[in-house]
Amino acid sequence: MKARIIVTLKTGVLDPQGKAIEAALSSFGISGVEGVRQGKVFDVEIADTDAASAETTLKSACEKLLANTVVENYEIEIV
Amino acid sequence: MRAAIVVFPGSNRDGDVARALRLAGAEVVKVWHTETSLPDGTDLAVLPGGFSYGDYLRCGAIAGRAGAMDAVRAHAARGGLVIGICNGFQILCESGLLPGVLMRNVDRRFICHRQMLRVERADTRFTSAYAKGQVIDVCVAHGEGNYFADADTIARLEGEGRVAFRYSDADGNLTVDANRNGSLNSIAGIYSEKLNVLGMMPHPENFVEGLVGGTDGRGLFESLAA
Repeated sequence: MKARIIVTLKTGVLDPQGKAIEAALSSFGISGVEGVRQGKVFDVEIADTDAASAETTLKSACEKLLANTVVENYEIEIV
Repeated sequence: MRAAIVVFPGSNRDGDVARALRLAGAEVVKVWHTETSLPDGTDLAVLPGGFSYGDYLRCGAIAGRAGAMDAVRAHAARGGLVIGICNGFQILCESGLLPGVLMRNVDRRFICHRQMLRVERADTRFTSAYAKGQVIDVCVAHGEGNYFADADTIARLEGEGRVAFRYSDADGNLTVDANRNGSLNSIAGIYSEKLNVLGMMPHPENFVEGLVGGTDGRGLFESLAA
């Protein structure tokens, strides 16, 4: 089974990289971009064939390592 | 004083901190990150600076969950002393031993320069050789040193007197210019609740001998070895 985990910064947490990308886009003539927040995507393959138990495994992977929940949120998509 | 320096793949300041500790009179051993216990009689566990695991995922994230960190956690729970410097501070935050997180520097640059720090209290095992309010001249070298925590955590740290050092100017003023990485409340280092765990971004181990530019870092190691 395949899953995709998306980790994003929580609202209100400063994202210097996102700000730099936003400024770069504008300097490349791409107008109308009002904000950029950078995040991470993890494509994960798991042996489990049961979606519910796979989700439990992935949730614990996010809580233990993939996301720092002080500043990041995560979403799990079973694909 | 027996110090155990935990070395991770990518640690690179273990030699410098070992030298600083030995100069202060401590006995030093190095412990590889796969060890599950610290040597008998360890008084101080040290997490040195560097780029553990290449800073992959997040700085300190993988090292914070290494086998040896369980031993460090148990040592801290027994009241043992722990210090994390630079990457070591990031590891302490990622391991849950200290609250908050070190984010990318506010101006996105890796900063590497001499840095004045204001010593916030001199009644701990790490700072007894300094005076409260003393300004010390050390160094910083990091890309992710921007201390962040939620408002409740910051209020708790401040209320409990757990800020160890702040970035300041030479007179001890907390200016925006002195706080180059953008840390909340100019925080350069914090203590755990029982004041036995210290995490700090600056490098006191850089300045223990006049030959290399300064000796203000000595006080920290002398406090520990006293």
